[in-house]
Amino acid sequence: MIFFFYLFAALAVIGGLGVVLYKNPVTSAFSLILSFLGLAALFIQLDAYLVGILQILVYAGAVMVLFLFIIMLLDIDKEEHRKMGGFSATGGILVGVGFFALVILVLWKSGVGYEQGLPALVGKGDNGTSDVHEIGRLLFSKYWFPIQMVGILLLSATVGVVVLSRKHLK
Amino acid sequence: MESTLTLQHFLLVSGILFAIGLAGVLARRNLLIIFMCLELMLSAANLSLVAFSRFGAENGLPDYDAQVMLFFIITVAAAEVAVGLAIIVALFRTRETTDVTQIDEMKF
Repeated sequence: MIFFFYLFAALAVIGGLGVVLYKNPVTSAFSLILSFLGLAALFIQLDAYLVGILQILVYAGAVMVLFLFIIMLLDIDKEEHRKMGGFSATGGILVGVGFFALVILVLWKSGVGYEQGLPALVGKGDNGTSDVHEIGRLLFSKYWFPIQMVGILLLSATVGVVVLSRKHLK
Repeated sequence: MESTLTLQHFLLVSGILFAIGLAGVLARRNLLIIFMCLELMLSAANLSLVAFSRFGAENGLPDYDAQVMLFFIITVAAAEVAVGLAIIVALFRTRETTDVTQIDEMKF
């Protein structure tokens, strides 16, 4: 169990590093797909099957195909005049390391969930309910208003994309 | 007790991924890669949501409110990617570049 956690966590982190470190945008995009697959495996390890599958379908599938499509369409080369150690690179690394130190400090000081393992799931599985059933029930009862709003958001995003990608933007 | 998976493990991975994404947003100059790093940060936040949902299980069921929230985050992220990439394409048509250092009219 813990072996698979370390395996997929390493996959997600190595993929994330690849996004930042590779110069070619196509390689970065494939690294991001690797990272999303590792994350989806971690979701499934946490017994969140529906969102794990959604992560693969929507992120690693649809979103990254869109990214790759745009990269190929724009025909972007590597960053030409790239000098490492510039102001933005130093600042980015400093802020990243600082944020990570802050996360470690907070986790260490709070002491939340140090000794507690995974709580048992008894109401799920063969004789119980399922992820799809419970999430669907919540979506159409407690969260009926947000899901309507998300529908409107998706519609306006579709219209917005069509307007934005017209040839002559006035 | 190094053999049990705890909430700390997952929060730590989530923090590492968020830090990588944040560093990438600030350090990289290609607009598309900055956008990919934003997606990485969103996913890192998703991981901590799922971890809290699983470790906050009550009556043998995980906290499904967190997973519904994650569903909304994924939906909004998909819409955001579509609009953002359309803006990048429109920008590339007029400016012929995706380098953020070349786009500095509004720089103070």
